[in-house]
Amino acid sequence: MPWTRDDMAALAAQELLDGFYVNLGIGIPTLVANHIAPGVDVTLQSENGMLGLGPFPTEAEIDADIINAGKQTITELDRTSYVSSADSFGMIRGGHIQLSVLGAMEVAENGDLANWMVPGKMVKGPGGAMDLVAGVGRIIVLMDHVDKAGTAKFRKSCTLPLTGANVVDMIITNLAIFQRPDRRSPFFLKAIAPNVLPDEVRAKTEAHYLEMPA
Amino acid sequence: MVQKIYDNALLALDGLLFDGMVIAAGGFGLCGIPETLIDAIVESGVTGITAISNNAGVDDFGLGKLLKTRQIRKMISSYVGENKEFERQYLSGELEIEFCPQGTLAERMRAGGAGIAGFYTRTGVGTMIAEGKETKLFNGETYVLETGLVADLAIVKAWKGDPYGNLIFRKSARNFNPMAATCGKVTVAEVETIVEPGAFDPDHVHSPGVFVQRLLLATHNEKRIEQRTIRQEAA
Repeated sequence: MPWTRDDMAALAAQELLDGFYVNLGIGIPTLVANHIAPGVDVTLQSENGMLGLGPFPTEAEIDADIINAGKQTITELDRTSYVSSADSFGMIRGGHIQLSVLGAMEVAENGDLANWMVPGKMVKGPGGAMDLVAGVGRIIVLMDHVDKAGTAKFRKSCTLPLTGANVVDMIITNLAIFQRPDRRSPFFLKAIAPNVLPDEVRAKTEAHYLEMPA
Repeated sequence: MVQKIYDNALLALDGLLFDGMVIAAGGFGLCGIPETLIDAIVESGVTGITAISNNAGVDDFGLGKLLKTRQIRKMISSYVGENKEFERQYLSGELEIEFCPQGTLAERMRAGGAGIAGFYTRTGVGTMIAEGKETKLFNGETYVLETGLVADLAIVKAWKGDPYGNLIFRKSARNFNPMAATCGKVTVAEVETIVEPGAFDPDHVHSPGVFVQRLLLATHNEKRIEQRTIRQEAA
């Protein structure tokens, strides 16, 4: 049985360690915040200029001047600070954020990431994704294993314009987890969703990867 | 005291607008955008604008209003995904876009305002953003050269301003506003409240008055929310 979006978010949440400053991307990555283990102290950063994101507000708490990078209303915590966008990206490019979790359209076996543009079709722009992959030490991608047409999203090489070259450290899909120890190494299969067979993962993956260590 | 306070947006923009000009605007999404000044620029009818702004508003709000009237010729932005009219004009070739990663955009505005012609960053290396740009190796890593941005006019939104042009922003509405304020040859700030001289603790000023030439009381403070997201209170 494939993992649900919440399962995937919970798996990613296990990578958030005590004391980490973390940036969560828009979409499924936002769900990661709901699964941080009790006792693990994590500070969430939002690239528009907020450090220390609280939960979504109640109706009464809504404040139009408090939003996250997904333009969602959010709340403060006792640790919260606000900075300009220039200072916020100073945190990101300067290596002060330990981990970022992002969505993807494609990831290549060499760690290339594409998640911002489909030429001639989707013109949205990179937002802060290019800065995040260039500046944050560890990048985890959450994505469906195949696209709507059934095409593998973990590929030999990306067909779409890149967000960053050789920047992905871990991939969590609805079928499997791939990881690599460093950015010179190939990915290996780390885990498979319950009752999903290795053959299915192999058939739905174009990228080369190493089998699960025994 | 030099009079920086103007009675309304039309007066505050008087003599500053011309066709083909470059305008930098503060704001992220619809948060912290200069709503009053945008409306006044729509009314002025000035065209051929190059707009430096992280986003392009939505179809009927923010800079989207200036797109609807075709007053913008080019945008320098990081993300324009919320605006269908933008996408239509761009795909049909009516509008030019220079995509710039968000952090690079913030730094280009900061650099332009600080007299820095260019800087090297790792952001965008190996992507189409770096195509045609100079690269350089530092400690074995490749960086790409990005240039500072200077605008003919910067428009910003602040929470409070004093008659000297000192500004205090509110929460995440700060975003791009401090950098936009520095990168305008002339900067006009609209504020939710004008305070008396000396009301600010000098330690609490976010943008000092040297960057702000004109100031007005904002009359449009709709603060539309793009993604109203709430949690259910525990029963």
